[in-house]
Amino acid sequence: MDGAVPLFRMEGISKRYGGVRALEKAELSVTSGSIHAILGENGAGKSTLIKIMAGVVAPDEGRMMLDGSEVTFASPAAANQAGIVCIFQELSLVPELSVADNIVISDPPKRFGMIDRKAQRRIAEEALARAGAADIHPLALVKDLPLSRRQMVEIAKALARKPRILILDEATSALTAADVAKIFGVLKRLRSEGLALLYISHRMNEIAELADQCTVFRNGRNVASYAAGTKSDNEVVELMIGREYSHIFPPKPVRAPATAAPVLEARKLSWTDRLDNISLTVGAGEVVGLGGLDGQGQRELLLAFFGVLRGLSGQILIDGKPTTIASPAAARDDRIGMALIPEDRKTEGLMLPMTVRENLSFAALDRLSKAGIIDRAAEQRLIDDMVGLLAIKTAGLDIPVGALSGGNQQKVVIAKWLMRQPRIILLNDPTRGIDVGTKQELYQLMRKLADQGAAILFYSTDYDELIGCCDRVLVLYDGAVKRELVGAEITERALIASALNIHGEEMPVRGMAKTPARGADA
Amino acid sequence: MKDWRYWLAEQRGTLLAFGIFIVMFIIYTSNHPAGFTANVVQTASNKGVLLAFVAMAQTLVVITAGIDLSVGMIFLLTNCLASWLVIGTGIETAFGVVAVLGTGLLCGAINGAIVIYGRLQPIVATIATGAVYFGIALLLRPFPGGSVNEDLADALTGRLFGVVPASLVVLLAVVLVVWVPFSRSVLGRAAYAAGSSEMAAYMSGVPIRRGKFAAYALAGLLAAIGGLFLTFFTYTGEAAYASGNAYTLFSIAAVVLGGVSLFGGKGSAIGAIFGALAFRTIGDLLFVFDFDPLWQPLFQGVILLIAVSLGAFALFRVRNRLEWFL
Repeated sequence: MDGAVPLFRMEGISKRYGGVRALEKAELSVTSGSIHAILGENGAGKSTLIKIMAGVVAPDEGRMMLDGSEVTFASPAAANQAGIVCIFQELSLVPELSVADNIVISDPPKRFGMIDRKAQRRIAEEALARAGAADIHPLALVKDLPLSRRQMVEIAKALARKPRILILDEATSALTAADVAKIFGVLKRLRSEGLALLYISHRMNEIAELADQCTVFRNGRNVASYAAGTKSDNEVVELMIGREYSHIFPPKPVRAPATAAPVLEARKLSWTDRLDNISLTVGAGEVVGLGGLDGQGQRELLLAFFGVLRGLSGQILIDGKPTTIASPAAARDDRIGMALIPEDRKTEGLMLPMTVRENLSFAALDRLSKAGIIDRAAEQRLIDDMVGLLAIKTAGLDIPVGALSGGNQQKVVIAKWLMRQPRIILLNDPTRGIDVGTKQELYQLMRKLADQGAAILFYSTDYDELIGCCDRVLVLYDGAVKRELVGAEITERALIASALNIHGEEMPVRGMAKTPARGADA
Repeated sequence: MKDWRYWLAEQRGTLLAFGIFIVMFIIYTSNHPAGFTANVVQTASNKGVLLAFVAMAQTLVVITAGIDLSVGMIFLLTNCLASWLVIGTGIETAFGVVAVLGTGLLCGAINGAIVIYGRLQPIVATIATGAVYFGIALLLRPFPGGSVNEDLADALTGRLFGVVPASLVVLLAVVLVVWVPFSRSVLGRAAYAAGSSEMAAYMSGVPIRRGKFAAYALAGLLAAIGGLFLTFFTYTGEAAYASGNAYTLFSIAAVVLGGVSLFGGKGSAIGAIFGALAFRTIGDLLFVFDFDPLWQPLFQGVILLIAVSLGAFALFRVRNRLEWFL
């Protein structure tokens, strides 16, 4: 703290939800002109802490001091007024409104009582430029933008509110590497302008680069505060999970050269301007990674395999035989046996208001029923197996799945598909926004499934995961496979270089036609 | 300079409704025995604006992702009330008009209060309040009757400068005085935001409740303007249950024709007005073709289905099936 007077202080903050203790006498001090990282597993109380700061929920006890005097916030608007602005993990943009409408939504410029559209446009353009996202058109509708662009709009929106304290909750989780670099520049500038920034992230490298001060939360308490750089990653992770930190990634087996036909193969797959002549194979027992910047066609490639896209050209082969996959229902059919763990668990993976039980058995209902009647006993057995296998933490099977933590929701999505015992598993960035402990369990599960003979195609925006989990990685750029990295070639450097489509000097490009470099402007 | 493309995308629903209306109206007038004359336009306009006002009312509520099944009954109630109050000297008539409009505003405000503060589903809340409003209308006019200041009525249903239908001018004035300020105000934006994503709007500190309340209250006001005009056309008040229900349902049809999304957050009252005018013209087409009037509901339904399907054609072009569900 360097003896500086804290701009904002929370003292003895507690919050309970029903019987669950989310925060227990938590303390936090925030200083102007510094970036303060908050670390902790999901459920450690970070989200509750910032929701209290941002006026979304009220604490049961404790007090908050701003500039040395006590404050309470009745609503997010009240917190905004006091200069506390939060960029939430769950995007707070209104999809049917334009980018400019969204940026000024909390306090639109007015003229004669009506919204001044010219002023609004100017504010939006300024804010977008400040956030390093001048490429986004202010009149575009938010619903038409990809996730990573929306996140940039979210950041521009926060900046337009001229915050004194800016809270970023997993704000970079959906961003491309180029955007992250821009945002880091913006955040460092804001720090030098005297803002206090609270930064919540699961990505250790980001925290190492940005933070001045770190506070670790565990079980609703702040367990340690330290100046950034004074603890090793291993020490920090131990503080977070409160147990010995062993190898986070399971060992990769040595693979014998494949003899059988690959379980999943694509030949010259193209679709609109998003997929460009993609050929790849995934063998039984293999974990193949998809790398590259976000939005380079990885998502579309997985959807193409899963029968969601129309007008696909090229061939998909299952067990060496050309196969047409007309719909997700066909893809999950036993002949193909495919499962897709989607990107957005809240909309594509789960029916949030429905129970854990219902969500778990959705994909396997045809197997669990005779003549349209669900065999409840068989359903129960299979669900018990899955809850045990994945160690899903839930207060019961009959509570809405929306009440579970993010990590456990993701486990439900995965369990739902494992109930069909798929042979081909497609994963679309499955660990986004989930805690270290759950991630580790998922890595182990993935390897276990591969060892049992599943073919796994795994897209991740986290390079560490690709390095740690995959036998091979295909790096996509602009809808085409730019590089294939095998075994020890999978390094952070190689991944980043090929993701940006830079031809590394000492790194050979295998089997790919040379394409003119498009630069790293994506 | 791509600005115009974003504008076009935003106005697509409205332009489509405008197009449908123009086509229908050309077919109508070119087959009308009298042809395209001031008289024909005046009659069409007078019939059209009634539904246009009610459809505008419906639009405001639909934008908030709600639905107002009481608009038709507010329309009837204010018609019955006007047949008592909008009469006498200039001052008395003016007072009557204010009272009728105030009643509509009050009805809308009650709907809004129940939906927003009582947290009832709009569909249930407005079925109930609609029944109440109809009950009051019935008490006011157990039998058709009453009268209205005929000078005012004739002025507002006649023609300006011998050609322009006065009712259309009033419709335009209402758009300028009610819709334009609303859609460009903070409250209007709050209504759109609440309809599109209430949670995101709340997290952004948008005055959702006030926005929605304003939408429901103004919907009552617009329905009352419709009720007032009904009185001007008929010179009487009548609590006709079937007519009230028909207006409620037709207002939803008009709103959909006008490109307003029933999921909320999207569309404009201008689109709904053209939707209403188009819907009315469709109904009148049969007369110029000398069909039995018994065919009218069936024909109207078929045309409505076809028109609404136009909007769904975009689905055939979708190449990512996930976009079907957006």
